[in-house]
Amino acid sequence: MRLRYPSNIKIIKLPCTGKVDVIHLLRSFEKGADGVYVLGCLEGACQFNNGNIRARKRVEQAQKILDSVGIGGERVKMYNLSSSEAPLFARIATEMTEKIMEMGPNPIKLRKKAA
Amino acid sequence: MIVAEKKPIEEIIESIKSYNKILIAGCNECVTVCEAGGKKEVAILASALRMYFMNQGRDVKIDEVTLERQCDHEYLEELRNNVDMYDAVVSLACGVGVQFMAEKYFNKPIYPGVNTCFLGAAEERGVWGERCQACGQCILGKTAGICPVSRCAKRVLNGPCGGSTKGSCEINKDIKCAWQLIIDRLKELNKMEDYEYLTPIKDWSTDRAGGPRKVVREDVRQ
Amino acid sequence: MSTKTPSKLEKILSAGHLAVTSEVGPPRGSDAEAIKKKAEILRNHVDAINITDNQTSVTRLCSLASCIHLKLMGIEPTLQMVVRDRNRIALQSDILGAASFDIHNILCLSGDHQSFGDQPKGQNVFDLDSMQLIQTARYMRDEGKFLGGEEIKRPPKMFVGAAANPFADPFEIRVPRLAKKIAAGVEFIQTQCIYNLDKFEEWMRLARDRGLHEKCYIMAGVTPFKNAGMANYMKTRVPGMDVPDEVVKRMKGVPKEKQAEEGIKICIETIQRLKECEGVRGFHIMAIEWEDKVPGIVEAAGLYPRPKVE
Repeated sequence: MRLRYPSNIKIIKLPCTGKVDVIHLLRSFEKGADGVYVLGCLEGACQFNNGNIRARKRVEQAQKILDSVGIGGERVKMYNLSSSEAPLFARIATEMTEKIMEMGPNPIKLRKKAA
Repeated sequence: MIVAEKKPIEEIIESIKSYNKILIAGCNECVTVCEAGGKKEVAILASALRMYFMNQGRDVKIDEVTLERQCDHEYLEELRNNVDMYDAVVSLACGVGVQFMAEKYFNKPIYPGVNTCFLGAAEERGVWGERCQACGQCILGKTAGICPVSRCAKRVLNGPCGGSTKGSCEINKDIKCAWQLIIDRLKELNKMEDYEYLTPIKDWSTDRAGGPRKVVREDVRQ
Repeated sequence: MSTKTPSKLEKILSAGHLAVTSEVGPPRGSDAEAIKKKAEILRNHVDAINITDNQTSVTRLCSLASCIHLKLMGIEPTLQMVVRDRNRIALQSDILGAASFDIHNILCLSGDHQSFGDQPKGQNVFDLDSMQLIQTARYMRDEGKFLGGEEIKRPPKMFVGAAANPFADPFEIRVPRLAKKIAAGVEFIQTQCIYNLDKFEEWMRLARDRGLHEKCYIMAGVTPFKNAGMANYMKTRVPGMDVPDEVVKRMKGVPKEKQAEEGIKICIETIQRLKECEGVRGFHIMAIEWEDKVPGIVEAAGLYPRPKVE
């Protein structure tokens, strides 16, 4: 299909989104990521029953923490799609990028640079 | 186990914001099992605090450690050599651990990172329920193995009160009536005649009422 | 049953008369006029008046002081005492305080949980439970001793009562629970408001099977509905209350302006039916903020004039 999606996204492959922990999400921001989104299988279609449901809860936890410390909870998001939905994959990538562009860079990254 | 709940990050920030070097200390026992103060929670809190201070433009050192137990001298001693590197410690142990740490490191400010809630069990994943109030005089043998002291909102020893409705407590239908549970189990055990046993007035002096308690065992004492 | 106290209520019950009691809730302030006015309305139509003890956990003028006001008016009070707010020191002390004014009736209760009231963040006590308060009051009277075993100079002489709810869950222990209260030493019972008469009669039958009706005086509790809304509220919102559908329907079936009248009619019919129920030894009429209706109910139910006892 040769679909295009923003090139500033770094993909980290996991066997299942159930592997994602809150600390992984937080560390990404600590290291300067502007946004992180987790792409899981459709709810109800998890090979391991509820890996993607757990991932969603962890994303929600990370959102709360990021809000508490002033980084912005909206920088982290959970999406669900099936492996055959390439156009949706590209659309999500664009949507998330636009959202983050709108929010501006991770304030921590700016502080680090200034230091 | 002792069940605890994480304190809101905002509250922890408020208590430690004036320090520059902070140690976050977890505990590998109860608070790990109830996911409030183990290694994982230490890492999350430390990361969140680092981001908070960085965002404030402050260079605050946040380190992490998780001890086997914070209610034992030998494990707390592990901090002896490096605790002086920090201005303050946030302990994610239960109230016992926090105090033991404060006793041991007398000149170091110690802050609690969790709210210690009760003695309980994991009823299901993510749900912990109270089971014991450590009253010091166990009556479970007379109450079909269900504790009215910890599980009845009025700790009625000869219950149920008039508020028991369809198996629920009058204060909240999500709380099971302890006396309904006791009766159900007495029936199961074929011991309904025990229901008419009049529980005598309780000696609460072994409870909180008697002041701080101590167990002294001469047979194991050194 | 011979009398053990100077209580007028006990004398009336013991003489085999159907006793009538009512209750008054103290005000949320220090003006005693409110109590006195209500008590005056009831004076000639009831044998004793219960004073509630911070009912539904809402802070009010205290039961003991209100009882004293009644006593000074020459009206017999029943001191309601809940174990929610006082430990055994305060409970025994208040019993002595009441006894010092020759208050001769006590009703031992658990009390609603404080989460229902105006101080939900408060601590509760529950040092004793209601059964143990019954035991305490009896022990103080019969043994003339404090719970600690020391002698009481001029022990209280109180007729000891408790509540019973024939409708609360689980039903199968409702009668054993009454037996337990009797074993604890209770002498009279005032029941929860009765709307489900069939269930109440079933409870009484089971109590009679065990001879419990001869071991304590059971007074049937009644409360007239002011309107259909109250019937519905009692049915759906009040824990341990059993209001059958047909009763709510009956209240709803009459026009709004006639509902109060219908509520009183139901109440009178209830009393009349339960007068025939063996083991019912009297009636406790709880007309919440509707005390002026009590004399009419008592008269219509054929319970007036009240007997005179020495």
